[in-house]
Amino acid sequence: MVELALPKNSRMKAGKIWPKPDGATNVRAFKVYRYNPDLGENPRIDTYYIDLDDCGPMVLDALIKIKTDIDPTLTFRRSCREGICGSCAMNIDGINTLACLFGMDEVKGDVKIYPLPHMEVVKDLIPDLTHFYAQHASIMPWLETKTNRPAKEWRQSITDRKKLDGLYECVMCACCSTSCPSYWWNGDRYLGPAALLHAYRWIIDSRDEATGERLDNLEDPFKLYRCHTIMNCTRSCPKGLNPAKAIAELKKMMVERKM
Amino acid sequence: MSYQTDRQRVEGLGSAKDGTHEWWGQRISAIALIPLVILFVLPFAHYLGADYDVIRRVYAHPFNAIVAILFFITITFHLRHGLQEVIVDYVHNKRTMTLALLLNTMFTTVLGVTGIFAVAKIAFAG
Repeated sequence: MVELALPKNSRMKAGKIWPKPDGATNVRAFKVYRYNPDLGENPRIDTYYIDLDDCGPMVLDALIKIKTDIDPTLTFRRSCREGICGSCAMNIDGINTLACLFGMDEVKGDVKIYPLPHMEVVKDLIPDLTHFYAQHASIMPWLETKTNRPAKEWRQSITDRKKLDGLYECVMCACCSTSCPSYWWNGDRYLGPAALLHAYRWIIDSRDEATGERLDNLEDPFKLYRCHTIMNCTRSCPKGLNPAKAIAELKKMMVERKM
Repeated sequence: MSYQTDRQRVEGLGSAKDGTHEWWGQRISAIALIPLVILFVLPFAHYLGADYDVIRRVYAHPFNAIVAILFFITITFHLRHGLQEVIVDYVHNKRTMTLALLLNTMFTTVLGVTGIFAVAKIAFAG
């Protein structure tokens, strides 16, 4: 059955309260989820204080400042700091988003930072995305063709290319899939919004010649039909994409090919 | 310790190549229920508490009887699919799930057939 409470070893306890910076007037509190698998202890919530006059505006700036100046053991993923790599996905103030694109001014009061929900935590803010990536690989995220390869490139009209807008921008940060209750309850078999958006991206690609096989692989009560149009995916996407619409289009195609 | 690859875990038993007719059926029955509920509830509410003879005459009319039967078929079909989704979503133990799905089918079928029988009895036998 569905678990509504956290398992005993995942329940959070109060953590360390780190000292406030000396002489700072513009201070903000950050409550950050900490978990170290080597300690064998439950996760805890540490409180850090940041001098906003000496820090960038984004939540990622604050995390980097904590790691550099206060506590080097704080662990999180980050790379591009501009919403292109999708590494710094985490739950900030109750919303799955990219820390690099999320401004501190968007939060009232203390900034609460947790890892992406309902995933196994590797350490601190790092979730285990192994299964998520394997699901993405299973939808064959590449161009599948049967016609002999043309002398130059596979050609595509401007209109057909436009169909990929709003889909190709996905950076696989996992904010959508980990905000989806269906993915929480059945993530082992339900592919989740991210993988399904990518599946749709290759299905409507005018150059792709494996549309039928792709739809065959998706037509499954679990892989596709666990989506109940809850729309958390679209709400949380830090890139402003609409995975729910992509899934709806897939369902329409499933019906269309039976008519 | 399992040496199963991540990809193998995702592939599982493969696609069931199924689920579309259930999803589509759920939507079609939902739309069909909009007029059916109105047409069923109107005479039902109007004659609620009336004499058996009056009710018998109302449901002896082919239109009312057919609407009532269609209503029972559609709503139990819709109910079965809706409950099935809830069971599949939340019950993860395979044996419990199979049992729950069987009970769901039996319950909704009995419910539908009972409704149809009731209408038929009033309409034909009096």
